[in-house]
Amino acid sequence: MTLPMFLLLASALFSVGLYGALSQQAVVMVMMGLELMINGVIVAAAALWWFLAPQQPDGQVLVLVVIAAMTVEMALGFAVVTLLFRSSDADMTDMAGKLRG
Amino acid sequence: MAVVAFVVLAFVAVASGVAVFTVDSMARATFALALSFVAVGGELFLLDLGYLGVATVLMMVMEMALMAVFMVMFMMNPGGLMPMSMLHNRRGAVVVSVGVFVLLAAGSVLVPWPARRNEPPAEPTRALGEAVMGSKMLVMMAVSAVLFATMVAALVLATARGRYDRADSPEWP
Amino acid sequence: MTTGAWWGVLPAAGVLLGAALAAAVLAGLLDPAGGSTLARRAGRPVWETARLLRQRRRGVVAADALLWRLGLAGPLVVALLMVVVVPLGDRVVADLPVGVVWFNAMDVLLWAAVWLAGWGSNSAYGLVGGYRFLAQALGYELPLMFALTAPAVAASSLRIADVVAAQRELWFVVWMPVAFLVFLGAVLAFSMSGPFAYPDGRDVAGGVLAEPSGVDRLVLLAGRYALLAAGAATAVALFLGGGSGPLLPGWLWTLVKTLAVLAALVTLRGRMPVLRADRLMGVAWLVALPATLLQVLAVAVLAVGRG
Repeated sequence: MTLPMFLLLASALFSVGLYGALSQQAVVMVMMGLELMINGVIVAAAALWWFLAPQQPDGQVLVLVVIAAMTVEMALGFAVVTLLFRSSDADMTDMAGKLRG
Repeated sequence: MAVVAFVVLAFVAVASGVAVFTVDSMARATFALALSFVAVGGELFLLDLGYLGVATVLMMVMEMALMAVFMVMFMMNPGGLMPMSMLHNRRGAVVVSVGVFVLLAAGSVLVPWPARRNEPPAEPTRALGEAVMGSKMLVMMAVSAVLFATMVAALVLATARGRYDRADSPEWP
Repeated sequence: MTTGAWWGVLPAAGVLLGAALAAAVLAGLLDPAGGSTLARRAGRPVWETARLLRQRRRGVVAADALLWRLGLAGPLVVALLMVVVVPLGDRVVADLPVGVVWFNAMDVLLWAAVWLAGWGSNSAYGLVGGYRFLAQALGYELPLMFALTAPAVAASSLRIADVVAAQRELWFVVWMPVAFLVFLGAVLAFSMSGPFAYPDGRDVAGGVLAEPSGVDRLVLLAGRYALLAAGAATAVALFLGGGSGPLLPGWLWTLVKTLAVLAALVTLRGRMPVLRADRLMGVAWLVALPATLLQVLAVAVLAVGRG
């Protein structure tokens, strides 16, 4: 196992997620794309920690922060989707062009 | 052995990631993403990050189970019984994401990564715990404040009811 | 602590299924509807198994067979993954350094499994059952997490073997009774039995159990008993001193204690009314969660005091 292998995996996950986030119309699917991108970030952060400076805990703390960020993204994402649907009956990104309530 | 495990898990992670955007059924898409996270959790195990690997599986399977609920709630065709396209700007998305992949992959292969500076600790989980309760405590405090703000904000945004409109209160519609 | 080879999974699975069968036999004995004589009641799980093995599976139009089978096998697989980190005496299949978190992650896998078992059957009752499980899981998961934190804090380790070793002088159940009770409640909840039999309730024609038939149904029912057994085994390791005890060898003590906890769970679960998920939410978050937090606080203070 080498660092480039892990980084290649991370880039693949990130790019697939980016494709999803850009091409999907449903808001929930866009969130799935974002999650997949963050998944790639987790792999990259963990691999950089292990292969570069494992004695310092910074890499591990970064992974922890990323997992927390993911949770925040999910919770607020769902809240906003619910609010959008309630206020303007929109569940697609193209229908939510203006965010005025 | 470790390399074989890495390749298998990497394949599972990327293949199920692709499956998220190619299958018709929303339940399958959601749990394909969950499988991708489980595979990444396995990769973290290979890096001796048992705690973070298990925590990733724990958090993400939970999130995906809830995601499935929202999928069924918001998608027109959650079961995928009448396949239809829900995409926009497909070509642009492909170009951008392939470009990003080439850029990142070139970076990961071509950059002369420095050699490992020191050896990993005997117990990475303990090292992490001591870091977030010691030298990196500010990070943890910030994260906890953000998480609390998230809980409040998400509730305020999502619910139309107030504190006392409970299902067992007499005025509830 | 000796770590076994990978094939150690096989005897672990055998012990787990044996304990699950014992639980099913006890449940049969306690159920007056099972037959007129005690022998007939005790044999009920065996007859039921034979009947289900011979039964032809019913199909549902447009069921998602892949997800359905995954969900149905889920409880049994999760129970097995739970017990591989639990020591039997001084032997354990996989001595993970993060065994306590592993147990928690495995029980979260049930969120996915039970929902899939409901969704995959393409039946309204099944789906309602799956949603009910998620609603119930939101209630019991946080108290369970903090209940698991207490023994880990006291042992200052996430390795289950270390938690067992830390109870050499005093079993954890003595000074963390609240965490113990909450844990047992969560075991009943994730095996969908007793007051938490809401996802497979009779009012929705069995919920997640409405559609599965034949071998499918057998696997799901066995999985529920196996979950009870795995939960009991973990409770013994985390709170009841694992294999410690006089005279008998460690593995025998572990088995005796596990079967005793299992018997208590099976006896209790038939005597309590089912809680609706929103009622459970109130009890879980307004009573169990603060009580468990106080328990963890007390444990943490005592652990710091002992050094």
